[in-house]
Formats: sequence, C-alpha cells, structure tokens
Amino acid sequence: MATASSVIKPDHAAGRKHFIFSQEHEDLRESMQAWVKNELYPHRNEWEDTYWPTSAMKRAGELGFLGLCFPEEYGGQGGDYYYSLVRAECMSYSGSGGTNMAFAVQSDMVLPPIHLLGTEEQKKRYLEPGLKGEKVGALGITEPGAGSDVAGIRTTAIRDGDEFVINGSKTFITNGPRADFIVLVCKTDPEERHAGITLFVIDLKDDEGNLVPGYTVSAELEKMGMHASDTGELAFEDVRVPADSILGEEGKGFYHIAWELQGERLVAAAGCHAGAERMIEKAIEYAQEREAFGRPIGKFQALRHKIAEMATKTEAAKAMTYATAWRFANGEYPVREITMAKLNASRIACEVADDTIQIFGGYGYMKEYEVERAYRDVRLNRIGAGTDEVMLDVIGRSYGL
Amino acid sequence: MATSVVKDSGARATLPPFGAEHEELRRTVERFVTAEIAPHVDAWERAEEFPRDLYRRCAELGFLGLKFPERLGGQGGDHLHDAVWVEELARSGGSGGVAAGLNAHASIALPPIFNFGTEEQHQRWLVPGIAGEKIGALGITEPGAGSDVAGIATTARKIDGGYLVNGSKTFITNGVRADFLVCACKTTEAGGHDGISFLVLEREMPGYEVSRKLEKLGWRSSDTGEISFTDVEVPAANLLGEENGGFRLIMANFAWERLLMSIGAVGAMQRLIDTAVAYAKDREAFGRPIGKFQAIRHQIAEMATKAEVSRALTYDALRLFHANQPCIPQVAMAKLLTQRTVLEIADQTLQIHGGYGYTREYGIERAVRDARLGPIGGGTDEVMKEIIGKTLGL
Repeated sequence: MATASSVIKPDHAAGRKHFIFSQEHEDLRESMQAWVKNELYPHRNEWEDTYWPTSAMKRAGELGFLGLCFPEEYGGQGGDYYYSLVRAECMSYSGSGGTNMAFAVQSDMVLPPIHLLGTEEQKKRYLEPGLKGEKVGALGITEPGAGSDVAGIRTTAIRDGDEFVINGSKTFITNGPRADFIVLVCKTDPEERHAGITLFVIDLKDDEGNLVPGYTVSAELEKMGMHASDTGELAFEDVRVPADSILGEEGKGFYHIAWELQGERLVAAAGCHAGAERMIEKAIEYAQEREAFGRPIGKFQALRHKIAEMATKTEAAKAMTYATAWRFANGEYPVREITMAKLNASRIACEVADDTIQIFGGYGYMKEYEVERAYRDVRLNRIGAGTDEVMLDVIGRSYGL
Repeated sequence: MATSVVKDSGARATLPPFGAEHEELRRTVERFVTAEIAPHVDAWERAEEFPRDLYRRCAELGFLGLKFPERLGGQGGDHLHDAVWVEELARSGGSGGVAAGLNAHASIALPPIFNFGTEEQHQRWLVPGIAGEKIGALGITEPGAGSDVAGIATTARKIDGGYLVNGSKTFITNGVRADFLVCACKTTEAGGHDGISFLVLEREMPGYEVSRKLEKLGWRSSDTGEISFTDVEVPAANLLGEENGGFRLIMANFAWERLLMSIGAVGAMQRLIDTAVAYAKDREAFGRPIGKFQAIRHQIAEMATKAEVSRALTYDALRLFHANQPCIPQVAMAKLLTQRTVLEIADQTLQIHGGYGYTREYGIERAVRDARLGPIGGGTDEVMKEIIGKTLGL
C-alpha cells in the first residue's frame, strides 16, 4: 500500500518563480548569492567585533550590486524595482544583519532620494561615488527627541547669505561614524512642523578625510544586535554648508522623506521574509539531524507542525511583499499595502527567529549556531523604518480612522 | 527634477492572477448576490435551508457552469472565473451556509464528474447539474473517518453488472437534498490509497437513505446530511474514473476545494473589515467615533493587514494551481492561514461591535459561527500542517 508520503511529493524547495521575477532576476540572484556566500558569509563572526570593512562596500560597488536599480548614466545597472528585492533577499545569506542593514542604507535609503531629487551636481558628487562604494552615506532623520514623529525634529538649518548654518544632533544613525556624506533632515523654519522641513545632502568629511568643522561623532552606540554595523550619534554645531546643499525643495522635506520611506519599507520587508527563510532552512536541517528519544526531532509532530507554521507565515509574508512590489513597480503608490507588508514581515521574522531558537534548544542560545544573532539582529525591524505602532496608525488612518 | 510630492491616489490594479475581464464578472456577481441572496440570508438561516430554486436561478445566470465548456451548458471559463464567483459570493452574500450549499454542488461535486467522467456520465449528471436541475454532493467523510481519508469503511462489493454498496457518510453538505452523491467507496478488502473508487449514487436507488439532517454551530442555511447505504445496487456505468483509482481523484479535488475555501475566506474577511470600518466611523463613545481611539484603529489595522496577507498568499497559490505548477504546500498554507484568520477577524469584528455584534441583526455572530468550520472542513489545520511539514522533508 502506498503511504501518504509517496502521494505528497516534496517540492517546496524546488525554488519556483514568482510572477514578478524574470530570468534576468534569477540570474542576478545566482551571481549575487554566490558573492554573498563567498565574500561576506565567511566574515560574519569577525565583523561582529570589527564592523564590516568599507572595502566590502567598494567591492559591492565594483560588482554593480549597489546600483542595481539606478540608471547606467550614473554607474547603475538600469534594472527595475524588483532588483532591490532580489538584492535584499540575496543579502540574507550573509549571516550578518548588521552588514545587510549598512548596505541597504546605502543603496535603498541614502542614494534613492539623491537620484530622484538631486541636481546633476549632487548626483556627480554623491550618487556616482556612492554607487561605486567609494563614498559611504548615511541618512539623518532620527534625533534624541524625535523618532517616529519626524515633524518634531529640532535640528535647524538657518539661512545666512549663500549658506545655511546647521545646529542639532541626530542619533541611531546607521553608517554614521564612518559616513563621508549624509542626507540630513533639518528644520529650515523652526516655527513650522511639516512645512518647515528641508532635506540637505552634505559632506561630513573633507577631501583629506577629516570631519568638517563643527561636526562630531558624539557617540558610537552599542546595541542589542546589528553589531557588524556602526551606529552613531552625530552632533552639528554651526556647520556651514552652501545653499545648494538643499536636496529637493525647501520646505518639502517631510514629503520627500515620506516617499523615501515607502521604498525602504518594502525592501526591509523583503529582507525580513528572506531572513526568516534562512532560519527555517536551519531549523529544518537541525530537526532532521538532531535526535531525541530515538528519532530525529523533526519526526515529532510538535516540531513538524511548528516548522509548518513558520513556513506558512513566511510564505504569506513573501506573497504580500511581492504583490505589493508588483503594485509599486507598476506605478501605484500603495502606502497602505507597503505598511502592511513591513509590519507583517518584520513581526514574522522575529517570531520565526524565536521559534528557531526554541527548536535548537540550548544550542540555539549559544553564539556558535548564529541563531541567537539573527534573533538579536532581526528585532530591530519592528522599530526601524517606522515602529509597529506607527505602521498600525498609518494603516488605520488609510481607512479614514 | 522629479515631482516633489508623491501621493497615494488610492488607485489599485487587480492583483494577479486576476485581470480586467474578471472585474466585470465580479461586478455582475456582486449585483446578483446583493439583490437576490443577501436580503434573504437571515430568513434562510432561520429556516435552516435556502430554496432549491436558487440553484436554478444561479444556473440561469451561468454561475454554476463558469469553468465548464459551453457544449455541456457551461460558460467556457476557467478556475479563475469560478474563484471570482466564490470570493464575491462570500463578500457580498455574507453567508457561509448559502455559499457552502451552492459550491458543494458546482465546485466540489461536479468537477470530479467533469474531470474523470465519460461523455455519458457528463450528460447524466454534469449537464443537469450545470443547469441547476439536479443537485450533487460529494461523499467522502464517514462517522469513523474524516481527515484520515484512506480509512473509509463504506464498501462497494463487485456483483454482476455493478456494485453492492454498504456503509454510511456523514457531514455531507447538500446531503439531504442531493439528487446524486459522488461517493468514495472501498473496492478492495484493504481499501486505503490503492483501494478506493468513486461511484455516483442516486437518491432513488433502493437502500439509499438520508438518515439524518444534522444541526450545526454555523452554516445553518446549508443542509448537512448523514446518509446510509444498505445493499444499494449501483450499476457499473456509475463508476467514475478507474476502479481503485479514487484516491487520485480525492487529491485532485482537495487542492481545488481548499483553494475555494481560502478564496471564500478572503471574500468574507473583506466584508467583515468593511463592516468594522463603517461601524467604527459611525459609532460614537466618549464624545467621538470609536475609530478615532487608537485601540480600535490599531485593531482594525491588524485585521486589515492579516486580510491582505491572506489575499496575497491565496492568490499566489491560485496562480500556481491555475498554471498547473506544483502547489500542494502553497494550497495547504493558504488553507491553514485563511481559515484561522477569517475566524480571528470575525471575532474581532464582533468585539468592535460590542453588544450589537452579539445580536443576530448585524450578521456578525453568524460570521463567527460560520467561520469556525474553516479550520475543520476540507482537511483540518492539523492535517494541513502534516502536509506542509512533509513537503519540507520532516
């Protein structure tokens, strides 16, 4: 008699394509995954102590991985939006949330607004070297006193003739301590809330690599996870920048940022479902090998069902992200769905990491198996790029509530 | 320079695998269901059945034959058209029972006849089925075998010219009113995966008896029967597909049945969320609409997120199924996720409605009761997890 297992053929690992991906995306996936596995993954432990080396970003730039969706005239690869998702998914093989985040900040947060809003000169000065990985950028939004509430920022940029004078501080800035330049959110009119916000793109270092006058890295922050990434508190004291450092339009910075956050959130969602997939792979491998009470633990229904739940949630998060990416790439601006995708995927990544630790038992709690690191790294996703609570508010408001 | 302010216009394209041509059908179904089903649902729930005429009316409009060829009286569409019907019936109708009764016939009992039947069998059951003249049901579950399909005990012993059937079936949707039953029987001593066959039993056959109409937590407007067979003589011409090849037929049908349940849940979720949003805007407490309280706003945001995620997963599974790609785990995942989610959303909608939600008037308590079947019917949650776990190699 046939058994149920001979009727149900395993095909989950067959790597089916989603409708949004073409063969070109799959080709990129192959080459980028190989690079991540060969050149990033082996260093995952070392970089937890040293931070990722700036040379790694230059290498990514050389290979074209920083500019996948940017036009060729600026040194990009001219790919469509889906390349960003593929990139985020491939990075999940690095075994280092910190490295992934740092690279995502460069290619999905710092450079897109320069491309969209920047003058030709700004593009030459920041976008081109940024895509090559020769200059590292940071994005300065959050302040000690204003996180989710962007309109509440207090860093000011006050016009003085042909210059602006910047004062204030920024915190939780990824790539901040090493950044060569920053896209900085400032109040050009401190009396206003949303309408007083303007974006600047400015140098943080001069040509010799010294910090520009008035700018200091006031602290390198220690964190729960993302140890491979440097996170800074940055202080600006009478930093003078030319008036043409404005990015986009004066007083429109809030809307620029709101736009910026959408693409970033979707890429973050992709990173989350891909990270969860890596965890599930580890969990399956472990459940097949580890024996207890005379059989592989995966043969116990409790664990088999737990992993089935993890896989279901993750598959659903992926479907949501892909469907939303399809909307985004087709010219919709689906704020509600992007917010849902980010909220859902980041929570699921945390749940799956926690479940994976549970399946690994004591080993999961040890550094050696890298599950505890993923657990610490992934926790940031429910805070960064908009907290769960802000996401819920955005979604609720989209229904008129 | 690019435009400085990008705004969400609210415009949304139809999510694949659906396209513009499906939207037209969606609106047609919506109009029909809103006018001819939704107003009567409460009365039909109380009566514990909906009129048999509804099949004929749905057939008249072509809804029972969407995915069947025109030569058999169908519309010549495909699974996607059927999916639109199922989703929209759930969204605009708001009755698990009515949907169950209609779909158990058109989407669950008829497809195996179409897929595995001979031309003669098509003429006998499929053509009148599509026309809403004969009503069908699928008989698999038994008092002693539910999720464990291979364990069924109803036997069909070979006799001259056909089979002699003994046994019983239970939880059969449309079981009370069905004119024919597509029935799983053991045709070998051992039964199991290689010993099950499908026979089409007809209600006028001697020894075929509807032993009970079952009362249920929800789905009350659909009839659910227990049927017993005592020495029912079934001619060989009523064998569907190959003898002992029934398990394949069951599996083929399960994928579609589970997808339909998922799609129906997606439609039901949308209805519940629309209801909750409307109520939260309208109902005031402590001097403002309750939707202006963050607790309620976030609750609705959670519900809506789950619903959209469910939709994305379900549509993707449907896309794979429609493209004939391997999709067993995706369908099981969609079924597992959506059935629980619609129950959660129904319960949260009830909570938002407070005391009103608990009364029959709003149809929300019914939605909760209806949704509770999801994690049981079409393969329980536990069976779904077994399937998923096995496809993962565990």
